[in-house]
Order: sequence, then structure tokens, then C-alpha cells
Amino acid sequence: MSGPVLILGATSGMARAVARSFAEAGHPIQLAARDINRLDDDADDLRTRYGVDVTLHAFDALATDTHAAFVEGLDLPQIAICAVGAMGDQDQSAADPLGAAMVIRSNFEGPASILAHLANAMEARGSGTLVGISSVAGDRGRASNYVYGSAKAGFTAFLSGLRNRLARKGVHVVTVLPGFVRTAMTDGMDLPGPLTADPEEVGTAILKAVEKQKNIIYTRPIWRVVMAVIRNIPEPIFKKTSL
Amino acid sequence: MTRLGGWGRFPLAECKVVTARSEADVRAAIKAAPLIARGNGRAYGDAALNTGQTLDMTGMDRMLSFDGGVLVAEAGVLLGDIIHTFLPRGWFPWVTPGTKYVSLGGAIAADVHGKNHHLDGSFRSCVDWIDLMGPDGSVTRVTPSDDLYDWTIGGMGLTGVILRAQIRLRQVETAWISQETRALTSVQETLDAFEETQDVPYSVAWIDCSDGPHHGHSLLLLGRHARADELPEHRRPLEVRRKGKLPVPFGAPPFIFRGLWLRAMNGIYWRRGAKRAGTSLVNWDSYFYPLDALANWNRLYGRNGFVQFQCALPEETAAAGLKELMDTIAAAQTGSVLSVLKRFGPQSGHVSFPMPGYTLALDFPANERSLALMQTLDQITLAHGGRFYLAKDARMPEAVAKADPRAEAFAAMRKQAGLTEKFTSLQSERLGL
Repeated sequence: MSGPVLILGATSGMARAVARSFAEAGHPIQLAARDINRLDDDADDLRTRYGVDVTLHAFDALATDTHAAFVEGLDLPQIAICAVGAMGDQDQSAADPLGAAMVIRSNFEGPASILAHLANAMEARGSGTLVGISSVAGDRGRASNYVYGSAKAGFTAFLSGLRNRLARKGVHVVTVLPGFVRTAMTDGMDLPGPLTADPEEVGTAILKAVEKQKNIIYTRPIWRVVMAVIRNIPEPIFKKTSL
Repeated sequence: MTRLGGWGRFPLAECKVVTARSEADVRAAIKAAPLIARGNGRAYGDAALNTGQTLDMTGMDRMLSFDGGVLVAEAGVLLGDIIHTFLPRGWFPWVTPGTKYVSLGGAIAADVHGKNHHLDGSFRSCVDWIDLMGPDGSVTRVTPSDDLYDWTIGGMGLTGVILRAQIRLRQVETAWISQETRALTSVQETLDAFEETQDVPYSVAWIDCSDGPHHGHSLLLLGRHARADELPEHRRPLEVRRKGKLPVPFGAPPFIFRGLWLRAMNGIYWRRGAKRAGTSLVNWDSYFYPLDALANWNRLYGRNGFVQFQCALPEETAAAGLKELMDTIAAAQTGSVLSVLKRFGPQSGHVSFPMPGYTLALDFPANERSLALMQTLDQITLAHGGRFYLAKDARMPEAVAKADPRAEAFAAMRKQAGLTEKFTSLQSERLGL
């Protein structure tokens, strides 16, 4: 089975790695992003390395009123992976509610909207896989990034509900919870080595999760343990920590 | 800030690392501060270190087109990626160094050489053009007819940032090498064998520089790409498997570099090779990249890291020079596990390392004793009209580098073109390039 794979938010470092993993496995790739001019070299890379067909699609996650038409205009993919998201700056988000709204819209509203449209189309067809890249930041709100985290928490819950709804309709939903990943998003941050994945690792993990129909994956797997601990710290103690 | 080193992990320096993922990123970095571009960090010393700004190019790793053996790719693509992509289609790099983990940009900047230098030249001979970003952020496509091409190939990233290049690959029938091993017992015998086998595409010798009974013993490894009809029938000729890497998890204690141990190691290696002398089929990965099978083998040398000494000697003085170098190394008993001897063909470019003659490469643990020994080796090399490989260098004094008149010419060219302030590494500062 090597049907087409749609990658939403394709300009990110993680999306590039995910595209490579699926192209290497022989899937044709549909790359979607706001500025498709930025995707030309990446498309050439996938064609040159793996000899797969690559198409480019203009897509604005925040323009939710265009999503229905976007999905209709698409050769409906076998697998759709949403890598849309923006970390934003927590201090700015805390100080400026409008900025916070943008972070919430790009991490929750936009991704949820496009996956909802894709879910309906796949449900009608009776097959498909949806992959949402959320974040461990959504597992518990922390002072350092709770605006981003809360949006991801919403997205994680959305994916969980979608999976539940579609479980008997032939459509599978994978929730991906990356911890730290070395990408442009984390440039300049001091990341702890053992907890930090390369984008390639995430790409491989997502390919495997899709092939094995996993529900929820953490990359790296150690994050499952780390977050279990963090989730279970009693609130009276948690509120005084700075994690 | 990141604590960064070359492959030898000596010296280490706190560097500000900036990652480039696009041409625009490189332009912004050049505008921001002086820098040196860094590929996959396989240069041994401080050639890709700049404390103010080291520009990590591994994020620019796109392959842009491939047609009939001609590849256009960004500078951060690794040679190993090229092999994994195109060897199954019957193409192999024209020239490859001893590791497949070098980036395309790094291979060009160091003008790396391989076991086929005597016939096919250095990496330069497969490079059609280079897109180079200059100090003002503009991009120039330099070709062999441009003077800048000759300064850039072998120029250690000091002429600008290499963004992408077009290279030619060679067509092969199989992923296998037909290898002949000869066990030889002296330097002269080894040199004679090199001369006699000039028409064999690949040749390299491992030579014992210790002070034991095996001093001067060598294994000469000759190779050529095997034809499909030479393989056993069950082998798929172009099958390329991704091999796992054995990790070297911690630094080995320094005492293993004392003479006795080394003598024993080299002796065992030679006897084993001698026993297996003859012709055999070897997988491309084991033939070209035996050390790549050990992830982080550089850690074998322990916490303090190691330094490599690699010099080239002209044909006329090679025999005498090698003898003196090897005798000096043996007498010093600091030990060198890997001593590699190789025939070089003609010279090319303005600053490339190879010259017609021989090159000798050795590893030493980074300590005062080896550093002192290397100063002596510098002088022996210079006395025989030789020169040094900047990709391996971590410690040469400026005067030694400047004994090569090309170094002064390079520095002058850089100054005149306004490159000196913009593109600098710890190495270029140390050597006054």
C-alpha cells in the first residue's frame, strides 16, 4: 500500500523529515504550506532521492473558511499528516492576549479544522489515516509555555475524540507527542541531549506508527515516562515548581 | 554556546552555532557576523570552528537533481546519503575519502582525496561548478575556468560559503570491490609495489611505524570495482544495506597507547593480513569505510582527543623522507595505531593538498609528547620539500604552514577580495591565512 501522503505545514523541519520517511517508503507526496515557493527545493529533494511524485498545494491553516475547498480540490490522500504549529513566545503570549489567540489558532483551531474536513472525506470513502503532531507540552500546563501547551492539549483531545469517532469507520487516527526536537523552532534553546530527538527520528517513528496503526506515540519514548511523572505531581507541589 | 571540536576532539572551543536551512539563512548569518561554515565536523582539528559564529550547514541537505550520473545537491548532503541513494542505481562517488560521513561542502572545501588519487585526482576532478556565497551575500556560480574555483577547492571554506554544487558520479556494475592484499616487509618494498601497481584504480597501504620487530611491515590493499559476472550468483550486484554502527561508548584509558600494546596490535594486524593475502571480494562499505563501522571511533583516544599528522612528500625525496619520519616516530614510542601510506598523482588547484609523490597519515593521542614529536615531523617534512593537509591539522605553527609559498598567496588573495574579515576559523587565525 503506497497511496499518497499529504503533509500540512510542510516547511517545518519536522515535516521535511516526515516527508522523507514516507517518500523513502515509496509514497507519492503532497506538500502543503502557505508559501509553496519555499517548497520547490524540498520537492526536488524528494523526487531526486526517492523517485516519487511530489505535488505542491497552497494551504493556509488559519484561513479555516478555505479548508473545505482545499480538501475538495485534493486527490484525497491515503494518509494526511498535520505538522502545522507555532510555538510563539510565552512572555509575549502572556502579555498580549491577541498574540496568545494567534498561538491558539495556529496550534488548535487551524489543525482541528483541516483534519475535520479530511476526516469527513475519509469517513465517506471508508479508509485513511490521519496523523496529528501535537506536543508533550499539552500533557500539563506549565508557566513556561502554557498558551502553546493549552492549544496542544485541545488538539490532543480533539485527536482522541476523532479516533474514537472513526474507529469503526475504517479511518485511523495517530496522535504524535514529540518532546524536544532539533528544528528551527528550537534553535538557540539549550536542550537536554537524551530527551532531544533529531527530526529524522520523528519521521521514522511516525512512519512506523502509521504502518503499525499505533494510537499515541511519544518521541522519544522516554517522554512517556517523563510526562507520566509530570502529570502525577500533586498540584500543591506542581504550582511551585519551575519546569 | 556549544562546546565544539573537530573529529579529533582537539582542540575544543565554546562556539556560537547557527544552523542554516536555506540560502536566506546563510545570507543573514554572513550579514550578522564573521563566520566559518561547518559540514559534518569530520575535519580533525579546528578548521570548522569559529567561536563567534560557526554556521552549521547540515540543515541544507537537499538533493536537487540527478541526471545520467550528474548530481546537483546542497552542501550539507553527506557522501553516505549520495551512496545510499545512487549506488543501488549503479553510481558511486568519483572520489571518496576514508569516511562516508563527510558533507559535500566539506569534501570540496578540503579537496579530499581517496585511494584513487594517483589515477583520478582529488575531489576537484568531479566538481563541475560550485554556488558560493560571498561576503556581500551575493551568490556566484564558480566553474573550473574561474580563478575563484581554484581557491575554493581546498580553500577550507575561507573564500565564502559553499551552498550547492554539481558533481559527477562514476558508473559501477556492482557494490563490490575486488581486493588484492599484499603483505610487504619494508618501506622500499612498499614503494616499489605502489609504483608497479599504478594502473590499479584503488591503492593504499597500512604501515607499521612502531619500534618493534614489525617496523616497516605493510599491507598493501589494491582494489577495483568488481564486475557483475565476478559475483557469486546469489548476490544481488547493487544491493546496499544500511549497516548498524557499533558504538564506542566511552573514552579508552590513555595507557593503551604505550608502545608494547601498539607493537602487539600492529603485529597481529600484519600477520592476520599476511595470512589472508590474495584476492577477495569486499563490500563497498567495508572496503572504503572500515572505520565508519565504529560510531564515534574518535572516542577511542579518550577524553583528551587525538591529533592527526598527514604530510605529502614529493616523489624524489619520498623514500628518504618516509624513512626518517618513521624512524623518528618509532624512536619516540608515542605510538600510532593508524599509519596510512598512499601514492599521490598530479597536483591541481591553488591550495589543494596533494602533490605527486606519497602521503603518510598517522594518529596520535593529544598530549604534550606527541605534540612535541609532531614539531619534529614538521621539520623533517619541510626538509624534504613536503607539505601538510589542512583538514587534518589542529596544531601547526604559522611558520610551518607559511613554508608553503601558496599559503602566503592565499592570505594575500583573501585580503584583496575582502574575505579575511568575513570568513575565519580558529585554523585560519592560527595559520595567518
